Amino acid sequence: MYVTALGLLDFRSYQQAEVELTPGVTAFVGPNGHGKTNLVEAIHYTATLGSHRVATDAPLVRAGASRAIVRTEIRDEYERDVVVELEINPGKANRARINRSPVPRPREVLGLLRTVLFAPEDLALVKGDPSERRRFLDELLTLRTPRMAGVRQDYDRVLKQRNSLLRSAQMARRQNRSSAADGQLRTLEVWDSNLARTGAELLATRLELLESLRPLVSGGYDAVARGKGDARLEYKSSVPLEPGMRSREQLAEALLAAVRDKRQDELDRGVSLVGPHRDDVLLGLGDLPAKGYASHGESWSFALALRLASYELLRADGGEPVLILDDVFAELDAQRRDRLAELVAPARQVLVTAAVGADVPGELSGVRFAVGDGLVSRA
Amino acid sequence: MYEGAVQDLIDELGRLPGVGPKSAQRIAFHLLAADETDVRRLAHVLVQVKEKVKFCEICGNVSEETQCRICRDPRRDLALICVVEEAKDVVAIERTREFRGRYHVLGGAISPIEGIGPDELRIRELMQRLASGEVTEIILATDPNLEGEATATYLSRLLRPMGLRVTRLASGLPVGGDLEYADEVTLGRAFEGRRSIDD
Repeated sequence: MYVTALGLLDFRSYQQAEVELTPGVTAFVGPNGHGKTNLVEAIHYTATLGSHRVATDAPLVRAGASRAIVRTEIRDEYERDVVVELEINPGKANRARINRSPVPRPREVLGLLRTVLFAPEDLALVKGDPSERRRFLDELLTLRTPRMAGVRQDYDRVLKQRNSLLRSAQMARRQNRSSAADGQLRTLEVWDSNLARTGAELLATRLELLESLRPLVSGGYDAVARGKGDARLEYKSSVPLEPGMRSREQLAEALLAAVRDKRQDELDRGVSLVGPHRDDVLLGLGDLPAKGYASHGESWSFALALRLASYELLRADGGEPVLILDDVFAELDAQRRDRLAELVAPARQVLVTAAVGADVPGELSGVRFAVGDGLVSRA
Repeated sequence: MYEGAVQDLIDELGRLPGVGPKSAQRIAFHLLAADETDVRRLAHVLVQVKEKVKFCEICGNVSEETQCRICRDPRRDLALICVVEEAKDVVAIERTREFRGRYHVLGGAISPIEGIGPDELRIRELMQRLASGEVTEIILATDPNLEGEATATYLSRLLRPMGLRVTRLASGLPVGGDLEYADEVTLGRAFEGRRSIDD
């Protein structure tokens, strides 16, 4: 699949922009702070309904405007044209249209466009907090199985309800209102079973994803680092899991047992301590963990390997994703830069942003746009 | 900003659910232009609704007497109680004319975020109704969302040990709809709840 056109209205720095795109490589070149990343951010948003730079929608709307509109025209793997329009209303419900017809929920657009984005922020996948790696997994899950967006939403909601309950019980206990605390805790078991049910579904799909990802990441690392290293992935769950435990029922039981085990801790701290929201993916090079041991260059190789593996996985599912390389080449040394360029060049569509033209490797010579002062023009 | 009473009216109307500032203004000017008798009638029913309407002492449904129409009806099956969140759910189920038992209105669903636990709902009243031993089946008809499901789970754990038959409304595909338009959660539930076709 590839994007044939992008239209923006009041998105980030753009009052209005229209860009026509073609398969192959397209580079957006222009000084920093002039809006290159905003273009690819809009495309990535259409695929994931989230930004890689900010957690909320508010910064996506141009200062002074009340809503932003992103229109993405896609040609899918069956050569059909799909137009996705998203209206981003911070603080209110966003709206979406597919081929000019409104859909009940923006979530319906998930799956129509698939993207894999490489950005300077990717280094945090290796060096950052577990939340970065959970987000990586969940974003990829949603791209592969759009249904998971609903499961994740349910899980977050259960977690919020459960944390509220634990917190108010904790407050009641501190104020020595033990009857109030008991009253609140009578419903805790109900939320335990909800947590186990939605959590197990999320956990099961994450474990499955990790299995498919493992060989691809190791292959990706070898390709980027020219066979130097032995990249490993391991899911580290807050729930004690037996090897081979994969079914939703088994996982739900394990989760429930773990929750019961931590009961007192949770009551003392007023927060949910077990479940997929506390899990991590351990990245290792040979026998050592990547975090803390890998060099800057090795960390970059690992981050690139994770993104390349995502790309391979989505491609194997059918429906080759659009590759977006946002300002990454400036971050890499010459060797990794060339390796990455070689690896991504054959993709159906590659969108690159760079501050100076020289940052774009020779393999990726294609269409070029100059971006400056909120204007996008073919160079 | 309008002068005095007009602005007061717009402000009051704007506090109603589903009424924004524009609609409030439109309704206010409609009332201003309307016949005085119509407006008096509206004002009268507004006052009446607060004065006359009570909640049924048995089931918690809205009623004009101490017991609602349904609880007073001798033809209703006393062995069945259908538990719902709100009074408007009673109306929805009554429209089906399928259910011949009586109701119990909880007044909401368990939601710790909003500070609603079992004690804030009419669960104690439900337990009192069961004490007489007439009731044999409880149908849990809370909303099919997380909070509604949590409430249903809580109630079923409370009621099952009492030897009652506890059932939950089925969830699945809307009748007369197209399969292709069902969202993935509904379709998934429908798969889980599939049944074999018997002659």
